[in-house]
This record gives sequence, structure tokens and C-alpha cells, in this order.
Amino acid sequence: MNALWAVTLATLVKDIRLEWRSKDALNSMLFFSLLVVVIFVFSFDPLAEESRHIVGGLVWVAFLFAAVVALNQTWARELRNQVLDAYRVSPAPANALFLAKALGNFIFVSVLEALMTPLFVIFYNLRVLGPAWQLIPIAVLGTWALVVNGTFFAAMSLRTRSREIMLPLLLFPISIPAVLGMVAGTTAILTGEDSAHFYIVLLLTYDVVFTTACLTLFGMILHAE
Amino acid sequence: MKRLFPILSVITAILLAYALYAALVVAPTERTMGDVQRIFYYHVPSAWTAFLLFFINFIASIQYLVSRKASAKTAAKWIVLAIGAVGTIACFLPRVQQLFPAGMRPSAVATTVLLIPIFYFLIGWLFPEEKLDVLAVTTAEVGVVFCTIVLVTGPLWARPVWGIWWAVGDLRLTSTLVLWLIYVSYLVLRGFSNSAQTQMLAAALAVFGALDVPLVFLSIWFFRTQHPSPVIGGGGSLDPRMGQVLLINWLAFSCFAFLVCWSRFRLELLHREVEEAHAMESLAGAGVAAKASLPLGRSSR
Repeated sequence: MNALWAVTLATLVKDIRLEWRSKDALNSMLFFSLLVVVIFVFSFDPLAEESRHIVGGLVWVAFLFAAVVALNQTWARELRNQVLDAYRVSPAPANALFLAKALGNFIFVSVLEALMTPLFVIFYNLRVLGPAWQLIPIAVLGTWALVVNGTFFAAMSLRTRSREIMLPLLLFPISIPAVLGMVAGTTAILTGEDSAHFYIVLLLTYDVVFTTACLTLFGMILHAE
Repeated sequence: MKRLFPILSVITAILLAYALYAALVVAPTERTMGDVQRIFYYHVPSAWTAFLLFFINFIASIQYLVSRKASAKTAAKWIVLAIGAVGTIACFLPRVQQLFPAGMRPSAVATTVLLIPIFYFLIGWLFPEEKLDVLAVTTAEVGVVFCTIVLVTGPLWARPVWGIWWAVGDLRLTSTLVLWLIYVSYLVLRGFSNSAQTQMLAAALAVFGALDVPLVFLSIWFFRTQHPSPVIGGGGSLDPRMGQVLLINWLAFSCFAFLVCWSRFRLELLHREVEEAHAMESLAGAGVAAKASLPLGRSSR
């Protein structure tokens, strides 16, 4: 168990350091989601009341697209210089690599969300009518739901032709219940009409189920020959 | 075995013809919906067939994944047995029964749960390790075809009856659509990846898809109970003559699906044999060429 965490931490620190120096993923994600926000603002020009009903969807669609940009770059770095092959022959646990990558992506996407949310608030004149603190569990669980499957499918699409296209094709259908939970939960909190408890439980269930599935199957995907 | 194929084809053709006659002529016209309702005899059997094929695909994928390790195989066997036993017993506990949506009979749920171990052991017994993946491709492809029929005939019926093509919040519509999307992405994955790892990747995706479907069901079930849609589900009882016609159609469609799966299965086996032969040939050719002249190193991308 200790070995698992040690390797996870080492890989995570390496990834964060690389990202800190290059800022590849973060810059492209930020600019991409900024573009999505601006295009949405031009396409829909809603009143404050209407915007509460649609912003939940817009926010999560923007983050979903931006997350795909980051997820596509997750493993590309390891392909150069055959790092992934080296990892495969090393005795380090496969799940440590997966956890490190998923946690790294989680941190990047969370930073993106923290930076982009104020923009949405400004552009759409948002004022939350429900209990605002519940947005935090929805954001955390929702982001994890996206990145845990995204990291797994990115590793899967490494083995295919035109892998950049494959990732969204694999990720989006599986993510539909999570996206529905995030969007409906956010809308419920913004409008203050319903309780968001069910959606938090739904996202938690989704996270537990798919984290378990990813950890069970990742070794097979990494070592598949 | 091969002689059985034409016999089954003839039987299926006769059954399909009779089923069409039964659906269009024998079945009584529905009182409120009129003749539009007859699409039901195609829609429902296609849906059952598609779900059955996807279920077989899931079982075959699991079998394929665990076939790599003896310990995983044993563990999976006991887990499946446990799911069958616990699930069947749980369906008859009053506390569990309260959780079922209205109109769902406990005996029906118990039968469905019991099918999991039955299919698991049947498929494991009938198909050796290397044919499991062929079975998975076959069932996924044919399943997508039948699921497409369901998704096309559904709106055709809904437009005159409900007045709308599609009810966004409806439980069955959305879960069928998501199931279809998952299996299309499964086929896309198989199409885009022709390496030796495709089978493993596809099996993993099938497991993810199967885990996803109950969650879709759960999310929309709640969604709908919050916002009741104008759609009124079946509910009422079926005329016994309609039930008979439905069963005949279901039998005909199952035979047809089995026939298509069978030929697709044989085709895929032949395809793999041919590919293997090509690979062996080029290996042998490369060996001769390497001896004769400089080694033919293939550039690695």
C-alpha cells in the first residue's frame, strides 16, 4: 500500500512540475473554455431569470469540452521516449500511475473551473437562489466523474488510430448520467426550486462505481498485448 | 451443423411471413390508436432482441476479461453465483419490493436476475476462450441494428399517438438511446483499433457500458418522477390475441436475429483465419527475403 502511494505521489508531483513549467494543458484549456463562454454569450442573450435555467448546462458543457483537451494530453507525454513502455516493465503498481494521472487531471480541471466560474457569473449576472455551498460537492464529484473515466479512456484510445477523436467518442456516452446529474443538480441549486441531494448521491454512486471499475481494469489495459 | 443453416433459414422465412400476416391482419385493431398501433409488433420484439444481444455481449466480454487469469475466473464464477442467489431472494423481500417502480412485478425481476448466472455459465460452456471475442463482436453489431429499428419505429408511432416525436425525459426512450450510443462507440472503437489489444479494450468498454445503463436508468427515473411528462406508459392490459401475435413476432425476430448472428459469427471466424494466414505468409516471406537480401525493417511510425 505504501509503495502505491509513494509511486502515485512521485508521478503526480512530476506531472504537476511539468505542467507548471510548460503550462501546456492549462493554457489550452483556459483559452478553449474562454472561447466557449464567449460563443455561448453571443448565441444566447438571456435575462437573469432564464439564465439560471440554462447556465448549469452551459457551464458543464464548457468544462466537459475543456477537460477533453487536457485529457488528450495526459498520456501523450508518456509516449515520447517510450516512458510508458519503461513503466510497463517496471515493478511499480499500474494503479499508481492511473491514480496519479487521474488526480493530476482533477487538479488541472479544478483550477480551470475555479478560474472560469467567475466569468460565467459576470457574463450571465448570476445570483444563486438555493443553498450555494452544495455547488462545491457537485463540482468536486462531477469533476472526478469526468476525469476518472476520461483518464481511463484516454489510456484506451492510445492504442487506436486518430486517438484525439476517439476520446470524446468513448467518454461522452458513458458520461451521460454524470453530466445529467451535474447539470440538473446545478440548475436545482441556481433556481432554488428543488433539492439537489439526489444528484449529489447519484454523482457519488457514479464516482464509486467507475473508480472501482477503472482501478480493476487499468492493469489489463496497461499491460494488454 | 452446416446443413442446419438452410433449414433454419427456411423456417425463419416462413415464421417472418406469418408474423407479418398476423401483425397486419390477424391482430385486432386497437380502439384509440387505430392501425398505427401495429408497429408495436415490430418495435417490442426488436427491443427484446436488442437487449438480449447486448446482454450476451456483456457476458461474453466479462468471460473474455476473466479468461486471462485462473484466479479471476474462479472469483468471477462465485460472484456471478452470489449475484444470482442474493438477487433472486432479495426480489421477494417486502422491503426491496418497495423500491421497484410501480408496475414492475417481483417475479419478473427475479427471473431477470436469475438469467445472469444461467447465461454466464451457458456462454462459458458453449464458447471456448478464443471465440468469446467473436461472439462479442457479433452480438454488438446485430444488437445495434435491432436497437436502431427500435429507435426508428418508436418516434414513428409516437408522432400520431403522443403528438410528439420524442419525449426527452422519458425513462425507456432515453436509456435505449444511451445504450445505442454506447454500443455505437463500442463499434467505433473496434473499427478504429486493429491492433492485437482491440479485443481487450472492447471488452473493457462493454463492461463500462453495462455499468452505465443502471445509472442512466436511475438518473432519469428520478428526473421523471420530479417532472411528470405528458406521456402515459402502457399500464393497461393486452388483448390475448394481441399477446399471441406479439409472441409470434418475437419468435420470428429471435430466429432471424439468431440466423444473422450465426452467419456473422462464421464470417468473423473466417475473416480471422484469413488474416492469420496472411500474417503467417508475410512472416514466411519476410524470413526468405531477410536471408536473401538486407533485412526489411519496418519503420516504427
